Amino acid sequence: MMGRDAGRLSLILLFMPFALWIGLLIVLPQLGIGYVSLREKVGINQYEFGFKNYADFISEPIYRNTLLRTAWMSILVTALALIAGFPVAYYIAKIAKTRSRAALFLMCLIPLWVSDLVRAYGWIVLLRETGVISTALVSIGLISQPIEMLYTDMTVIIGLVYTVILFMIVPLVSTLQGMDDALLEAGYNLGGSRFTVFRRIIVPYAMPGIVAGSIITFMLTAGSYLTPVLLGGKNSSWFTEQIYNQFITRYNWEAGATFGVLLLLFTSLVVWLGLLLTGQSLATTVAKD
Amino acid sequence: MTSILRTLLAGTAVALMAGGAQAETLRLLTWGSYAPDELVQKFEEEYPDIDVEVTFSNNEEMIAKLRATGGTGFDLAQPSHDRIYAAQLEYNIYKPLDLSKIDVDKMTPNLVEGVKANTTIDGEVYSVPHQWGTSGIMANVKEAPDAKGWGDLCSETYKGRTSMRLRRTILLGMGFAMGKNPFELYADPEAYQAMLDEVTDKLIACKDIIKTYWTGGDDLSALMLSGEVVLSETWDSTAYKIYSENKDIVFIPPETGALAWIDTFTIPRGGQADDAAYKWINFVLRPENVTIMSASTGAIAAVPNGIQLLPDDKRAAVEAAFDQADLDNLKFFANIPPGLEDMEGIALERIKAASN
Amino acid sequence: MYDLSCSGLTKRFGPFTAVSDVSLDIPSGSFFSILGPSGCGKTTLMRMIAGFESPSEGDIKIKGESVVATPPNKRNVKMVFQHLALFPMMSVGENIAYGLRCRGEKRGAIGAKVAGILDRVGLPGTEDKRIDQLSGGQKQRIAIARCMVLEPDVLLLDEPLGALDLKLREHMKIELKLLQNQFETTFLYITHDQSEALVMSDQVAVMNAGRFEQIGSPKELYDAPVSGFVAGFVGDSNCLTGTIATVDGADARVRLDDGGELIGRVADRSGPGDAVEVFLRPEALSLGAGGATTLPGTVDSLLFNGANSRVLVKLATGQMLEVADPAQSGGGAVGDTVTVSFQPERARVFARRGA
Repeated sequence: MMGRDAGRLSLILLFMPFALWIGLLIVLPQLGIGYVSLREKVGINQYEFGFKNYADFISEPIYRNTLLRTAWMSILVTALALIAGFPVAYYIAKIAKTRSRAALFLMCLIPLWVSDLVRAYGWIVLLRETGVISTALVSIGLISQPIEMLYTDMTVIIGLVYTVILFMIVPLVSTLQGMDDALLEAGYNLGGSRFTVFRRIIVPYAMPGIVAGSIITFMLTAGSYLTPVLLGGKNSSWFTEQIYNQFITRYNWEAGATFGVLLLLFTSLVVWLGLLLTGQSLATTVAKD
Repeated sequence: MTSILRTLLAGTAVALMAGGAQAETLRLLTWGSYAPDELVQKFEEEYPDIDVEVTFSNNEEMIAKLRATGGTGFDLAQPSHDRIYAAQLEYNIYKPLDLSKIDVDKMTPNLVEGVKANTTIDGEVYSVPHQWGTSGIMANVKEAPDAKGWGDLCSETYKGRTSMRLRRTILLGMGFAMGKNPFELYADPEAYQAMLDEVTDKLIACKDIIKTYWTGGDDLSALMLSGEVVLSETWDSTAYKIYSENKDIVFIPPETGALAWIDTFTIPRGGQADDAAYKWINFVLRPENVTIMSASTGAIAAVPNGIQLLPDDKRAAVEAAFDQADLDNLKFFANIPPGLEDMEGIALERIKAASN
Repeated sequence: MYDLSCSGLTKRFGPFTAVSDVSLDIPSGSFFSILGPSGCGKTTLMRMIAGFESPSEGDIKIKGESVVATPPNKRNVKMVFQHLALFPMMSVGENIAYGLRCRGEKRGAIGAKVAGILDRVGLPGTEDKRIDQLSGGQKQRIAIARCMVLEPDVLLLDEPLGALDLKLREHMKIELKLLQNQFETTFLYITHDQSEALVMSDQVAVMNAGRFEQIGSPKELYDAPVSGFVAGFVGDSNCLTGTIATVDGADARVRLDDGGELIGRVADRSGPGDAVEVFLRPEALSLGAGGATTLPGTVDSLLFNGANSRVLVKLATGQMLEVADPAQSGGGAVGDTVTVSFQPERARVFARRGA
């Protein structure tokens, strides 16, 4: 009897940090945000409950378009991170020697040691009109006039891919490491070309990592703030910037909370659609044992 | 068990009391560069039992932070004079000042009266002035010798070489440039909205001309000093700093009047170190400390000889930029009525989202 | 015409020679095993045949055509991997159809072929099962079916029974042999387990340290090993060390290191004074007098294993000998004094390895 009670107690104690984390840091704030989003401001310090904030969002094309634009660019960033990250992950997991693997992994981690802000400024120093690349190109005579590479959507996408690619690489490496080389050899042995082996064996095998990496990357991108704002220039609105504007410059917490809820719902919807379209499910990929 | 608990509690209580008695902490919520290390050290030497903790912020974030905590977490804040009235009415985040503890007589009387007029609610005064400065334009006179007003930011002459900050200042500046007086329209939301619509159209058309929107002083300095931008909206203090590095780049008070702001001292409602706050206020307005502060901020202290107390290079920059007519033409920001910032916010978002 | 022949095949990894000058010829339709301890180079040899490694020297011919320059996916040599390497993300049917689809066969034909091969390996109708729903033996058969559906010239099997438990392994040995008969395809089987090699193979090559020691039928290897290594590795043996005292024709009198003498048949070129090892099969020994050599000892323990029962005899000199006891007579009780005897032709004398 004692033993069982003790066992139950230790189970509860082990479960506590997780429950607290989920409860206090995830569920509760979301509930708070959801609550604020349902508050309509009718005057100074006067509020009513209703869906007016959501109606306002729907009736204002700027917000809609920015959300769609953010989602679309995040999908693009995710796809590019996958395309660029897969060979890197494959090299680290399957080709590099065990000893250099840790070093390579560490090299991928280095960008995370400095803050978002510093990384964005790094890109600015490189890409601005009077920056390193433009100046170098002029001095070796490739171009006659300095060119501005900042303040375009392309810059934002490059900056974001750079920021999030690690979160694509890590899950891919861990899935690919579990793959027996014999599977590849069997693939060739049975007559498969390199492309067939890649398409029919490597990609399906790596699918849990691809799905996990894509979800993390997409969520991080859609929720990023500094990179799009600093690299983005005059035409690049990002949805998180609008949330910031609502909360901070317009003191409109109700609209800000509404946008927050909508961003969460919309990105979840995109992830769900993505899983549906690629025929994957969370149970068979991310939560696979 | 109980004895252990009791010892623990006693220990904690002693520690708390000791902590309370030993050092008071002054938690300052202010602008970047408004608390130079030199001055903080000097203050802590003079008042060894006060520790100064500084958090850098801006007008919007100051209000948002204090609103989130109900006015706690900081002991002294420095919002601009036009941002206090509505925030206090709506969110009740500040507490009235005890003017007897402040050396008000050492401050410039008209600035004190101006701030008082702006921040008196139910007969209680909430703010006193600290420093003032202006927003206007900054030009590289070699490349843009003829720039003289807000409107030049949108001139075809400088296509791709101008910049501005996409915040409310440019809406107001452009309103003046278009012959309106936004401050007079504050009282009439419909008229103000009509003006905003015109300004919005103008600024959307202007997106072709400007290179990018700047977001902070460092950003702006890099754009100007690299020569990528030759004409920009600016804070005067930033312009003065750049002037000390490149004498071709000068602050120009727009012909419609530079927009003047006064950063204040205001005590949050949950402040717990009022005495320390008053000590800091009186301390930084002492003449010898004003020079140290102004060297860091580039703004002019709200004391009668504020300009004379500027460090030499800044004073030269101010004197190069302003003559008496410019000073007489300053447009002090008027109190923002509640709800107005929401209208402006929509206008700013329209401009940002428009693409052409 | 040989289905597979290798000549002078050598593979070096840096200074290490994994396979050294190996030649073999496998006749069509035979079951050929390569038997050797781990690290002897047999896996490297198989990987060269499959095309995953390229030889440093020598040639590989399949049906008379050199394939050294042919990439692995173009060689008609299929392989059953040690851990089978079934594709876990595909169903049984997709696993088998994989090779057919790589070859570009028509969809309709693929379905019929998959069903046909599943029938032949005794697992009809399992197309839609997932790999992890199969038992060990079923996986084995699917791995073979996946190769055989492509009608390879040679099927390579890399210790595929290693992962199975004992009972299933015994069963699969027979099944593999039957499958090979049924398909009439040449099997090249790699193993370190001599019983697998002996039971299934038509021919066995014993490999050691990158070289072939002997190629022959299982019976030849068992009865007439050409080296001490083969004698020791193939089948069970008692091994006694000693020195040749005199040689009389084919027989030698060997003075044992631990004391005592025996008469054995010299199987190599050892002469008087040479250090030798004497290999004695348990079934060559009998208890009681009657052989040319008799060694006294006591019964140490009785190892009952049905028809494979043994008596462990401790000789007076301290050496242990396993003696076959097919009649399960027990040979008396533990501690009994006994005599072990054998005929000279059943004691094979080889030069001592490493001596």
